[in-house]
Amino acid sequence: MNDIKMKVNGREVTGSVEGRTLLVEFLRNDLRLTGTHVGCDTSQCGACLVHVDGEVVKACSMFAAEADGREVTTIEGMANADGSLNTIQQAFQDHHGLQCGFCTPGMVMAATTLLRDNPKPSETDIREYLDGNICRCTGYHNIVKAIMAASGQEVDRAALAAE
Amino acid sequence: MHNFELVKPTSIEDAVAALKEEEAQPYSGGQTLLPTMKARLAAPTKLVSLLGIDELRYVRIEGDQVHVGGATTHATVARETKEAYPGLASLAARIGDPAVRNRGTIGGSLANNDPSACYPAAALGSGATIKTDRREIAADDFFEGMFMTALEEGEIVTGVTFPIPQAARYEKFIQPASRFPLTAVFVAKYDAGVRVAVTGASELGVFRWTEAEEALSKTFSADAVKDLKVDDADMISDLHGSGAYRAHLTKVMTARAVTALS
Repeated sequence: MNDIKMKVNGREVTGSVEGRTLLVEFLRNDLRLTGTHVGCDTSQCGACLVHVDGEVVKACSMFAAEADGREVTTIEGMANADGSLNTIQQAFQDHHGLQCGFCTPGMVMAATTLLRDNPKPSETDIREYLDGNICRCTGYHNIVKAIMAASGQEVDRAALAAE
Repeated sequence: MHNFELVKPTSIEDAVAALKEEEAQPYSGGQTLLPTMKARLAAPTKLVSLLGIDELRYVRIEGDQVHVGGATTHATVARETKEAYPGLASLAARIGDPAVRNRGTIGGSLANNDPSACYPAAALGSGATIKTDRREIAADDFFEGMFMTALEEGEIVTGVTFPIPQAARYEKFIQPASRFPLTAVFVAKYDAGVRVAVTGASELGVFRWTEAEEALSKTFSADAVKDLKVDDADMISDLHGSGAYRAHLTKVMTARAVTALS
């Protein structure tokens, strides 16, 4: 067993995990942070995205023991301090960027690092960045709209529909 | 997944010592190995993580060479070689997706030598030198066929040195489900001549298309490869495309790369 210690959503946590324990298993089963979803468990869908030291990674494709000493942020750590939705989350709600909601935590985590690195992305930039995030409901249009809106850019419905 | 012991050395020396144990396996970003272990296609009893070794993580631009540490992620290479070697940066920026690029490493990709991986094409197409804990290996001698390399048991890639070309371009035709190249071509133009490396296409893994190199070294234009024939005998044939299709793609991707550079 490996004794691990990390900061999750700003809080120090400790645990004891097997070598094979995935980060997502530690988050969901040990910490009960079930907002991070396991969609495929084969590294393809992006529902399990979290931030480790500020960078987006697949929590199903990293061992919990590898996050020892690191800072992890999950979807539970994204809302504003008063509990209200942050700009990106609110934009997903406003623009109907989700239907069943299963992929949404991963989408929000990806959108966050995208907008940090590229504050005014084009629609193509957004689609490319979401290459590893699969959504089976929305057809992606409303997700792209939501991220465009969250970046403070005009949402051109006609142009989006034409893509 | 079968359980294993995870060890996290902080020096190359300690990693090599840990790898002397039977069934120990080097582990870098894990973007291939971890899913492989989930599928129980690999079941090492000990994983030696290389990501905690600071001396394996660097990008250094020195003169006409780029040196990259073995445990450097694709995201770091994409960011830090943008000006010195844009052809390499662009390849690194298109591997997998952003989350994969934040974990996957150049050493892991080269050591795995997946027949559809991107980095082997850059290494072979640049005539790079692969450095290990015990020697230096020319890219021409490193890749020995699908998932096979010149690496010995317990030998780890510590760095890669790329000579910077006048210009280079990676043209990738992706298999949309896996996002790996169905066929991709790396074309690099050096003073000494043009190098063309092809990935995703051959049963023998990454290879140099020498006929195209000769033709392009004489005349650097898409027309120079127009009448060349790519032998499809060793090409991968699967539900995504026949060998003949991949042979055709090899030519098309080469021509696109050359056109983009002309």
